[in-house]
Amino acid sequence: MATVTELMQLLTPSGRRVTAATERESAMEAHVADVDMADLLAMYTDMVIVRRLDEEATALQRQGELGLWAPLRGQEAAQVGSARALAPDDMAFPSYREHGVAYCRGVDPVAVLSLFRGVTHGGWDPTEHGFALYAIVVGSQTLHATGYAMGVSRDGGGCATIAYFGDGASSQGDVSEAFGWAAVFGAPVVFFCQNNQYAISEPTIRQSRVPLCQRAAGYGFPGVRVDGNDVLATLAATRWALARARAGEGPTLLEAVTYRMGAHTTADDPTRYRDSDEVASWAERDPLARLRAYLAAQGTLDGAAEAGIAARADEFAADLRRRCLALPDPAPLSMFDHVHVDESGHVAAERADLAELLAAEDDPPPTAPEPSPAVLPASSPRAVSSPSAAAPPSAASSPPPAAPSSPAPSPGSSAPGSPLAVGLVPAGRPVAAPPPQSPGPEASCPR
Amino acid sequence: MPTLTLASALNSGLRAVMEADPKVVVMGEDVGRLGGVFRVTDGLRERFGEERVIDTPLAESAIIGTAIGMAMRGFRPVCEIQFDGFVYPAFDQIVSNLAKLHYRSAGRVRMPVTIRIPVGGGIGAVEHHSESPEAYFCHTAGLKVVTCSNPTDAQVMIQQAVATDDPVIFLEPKRRYWEKEEVDPVDLSALAGDTATGAIPAARTPGPLFASRIARAGKDATLVGYGPMVRTCLDAALVAEAEDGRLLEVIDLRSLSPLDLDPVIESVRRTGRLVVVHEAPSNVSISAEVAARVTEQAFYSLEAPVLRVTGFDTPYPPSRLEEHYLPDVDRILDAVDRAFGY
Repeated sequence: MATVTELMQLLTPSGRRVTAATERESAMEAHVADVDMADLLAMYTDMVIVRRLDEEATALQRQGELGLWAPLRGQEAAQVGSARALAPDDMAFPSYREHGVAYCRGVDPVAVLSLFRGVTHGGWDPTEHGFALYAIVVGSQTLHATGYAMGVSRDGGGCATIAYFGDGASSQGDVSEAFGWAAVFGAPVVFFCQNNQYAISEPTIRQSRVPLCQRAAGYGFPGVRVDGNDVLATLAATRWALARARAGEGPTLLEAVTYRMGAHTTADDPTRYRDSDEVASWAERDPLARLRAYLAAQGTLDGAAEAGIAARADEFAADLRRRCLALPDPAPLSMFDHVHVDESGHVAAERADLAELLAAEDDPPPTAPEPSPAVLPASSPRAVSSPSAAAPPSAASSPPPAAPSSPAPSPGSSAPGSPLAVGLVPAGRPVAAPPPQSPGPEASCPR
Repeated sequence: MPTLTLASALNSGLRAVMEADPKVVVMGEDVGRLGGVFRVTDGLRERFGEERVIDTPLAESAIIGTAIGMAMRGFRPVCEIQFDGFVYPAFDQIVSNLAKLHYRSAGRVRMPVTIRIPVGGGIGAVEHHSESPEAYFCHTAGLKVVTCSNPTDAQVMIQQAVATDDPVIFLEPKRRYWEKEEVDPVDLSALAGDTATGAIPAARTPGPLFASRIARAGKDATLVGYGPMVRTCLDAALVAEAEDGRLLEVIDLRSLSPLDLDPVIESVRRTGRLVVVHEAPSNVSISAEVAARVTEQAFYSLEAPVLRVTGFDTPYPPSRLEEHYLPDVDRILDAVDRAFGY
């Protein structure tokens, strides 16, 4: 089982179209024989819009409108090239930086922003878009993809599955298990590793002593290294790998060599672990620049067309910003929704308790901003929110023997400052400040 | 009626649900050709084929992780974790993904995955083969956790668990695998989708999945147990009646998350005394939760504090010591005596 460790490239950093260097690369190149200039221009437009999306989201985070953002700048070709290789019924399993893939799968970008704004944990329908929810526990999604692909093998489906992960995740046990299972079961899955050179601060050399694509050989399936900043090569390699999957030839590992031009997240400071020379050298391999140069040289993209694309991207970003700012905070009680398909009585009771507490807060006694403890229980949230605390409804059939003489639940016995009274006055209750829009780096940083 | 062991009752239930639903797949280590180390999946591969009864590589995280993917594809996986102590490599997939996907997806994704785990001690096993990990799972929102104590329940509960659209941790009391009972033949039509809670039918007819059950009626004190300890509690009740003239009510919790404590509250209102029994250590355990909730809801009915008889807060000891670690009739009756001392 051959493993290709040289970098497959069809567009050089200067924008020159080259032909495949090896027989295997020729086989992959054949998968883009139908790609014409219009297709390339469409992918260029995708990449410009995705970069603009990323810039807008970064700005929104800086302005306090998102809690966090994970920038993808530099990885546009790897994401657009691989995602545009997918068929509508294929299933993609992303990690958490695949905003470009989400865009290509038709996911509303404001749904992606809603995660980072703290409005939802997952704002799209995975089945509708063939795009699973983001996975922040890196590597775990490679197993979901493998299982999904095993399901496809079993139900006669003809689609393929692709799992996105990074060089850092490649060290996770789940990724190794996914490789092993996919190989053993011949699962129709493509493992698409975006090697963006860093897992937060740790360079790829801290994850592996050999090129990541070589890992595949140990499991018995092909591993291919492709220039992830070359959208055409990425498209070719991914189409080739997906075709293998659909033909029942099992899994493939693609290592898309790319570079995270920005920070790991908006909570990260990359100047602490890499120097500007390195960043500058990768900027010369920018995925948009090389395609722009090629399209211009071919006469497909002139200044007017470029301005048109930029204007479209700006319009897209303005719309994204407007809709992001309009996202309503979810209703408090919605936190109880969808814990289970078949809700347990315990969760229902907790929802009811909070509902009563919130209702009491919304409706404080009109004349007494700080009512005395003696009148508290009748109007206090706790008095109405815990029917079980003092008088369970069903207790009527079994009178508690000590109730008449018991002092504990008697309202009048609650001294000011007693635990029962503290913090329960509706108007005087300590009101939680709105959560900060910009949590600290440690608090908000997915690894 | 046929006489079945608990293990063969589970096998019968699995067979029934696989016949009824072609989307049910069984996956785990040695579940196929071998039929499982406890033979719970014996013969299923021959009947349903290796595409539905999958001998997996030895990778627990992957067993659950791929089951999640298969569930997303529309399957209804039944995963076997070979022993309790081997579930921890799968913990991340269970807690971070399986339990949360329905919630994270705002209800768009369902995870009808059943995870069968033989649990508990008492079989003289080596390390990592005698543990009681239930509290970890009960503490995780999104999961449901049930355990059977006898063949009749085992046969029905496994079918109900597989039919549930939420992920279910299905704990099997391994020391009771070989206990026998006459079991009704499977009536599939009566079982499909029966997951609602409600009144418990006659004593030996299994009720809804997430409901506790009065295993023995009594009036003087209440014993609450689940899984392997139900038999021990019933044995203790026999001795208490014969030697002390005390009629102990025994309640089998069956469902550990959600807890169905209404029968327990009702029982405590009658008996005034409650002893909770399990093999797991006491610290932050099911018995702690039961004690707290009973105290909240039946405070004035209690004649004594809620007492607990549990495994100790040590790692599970070498098997030559397990008779001292595991709750037994003597320790249970000692707790009952203490409850009557108040």
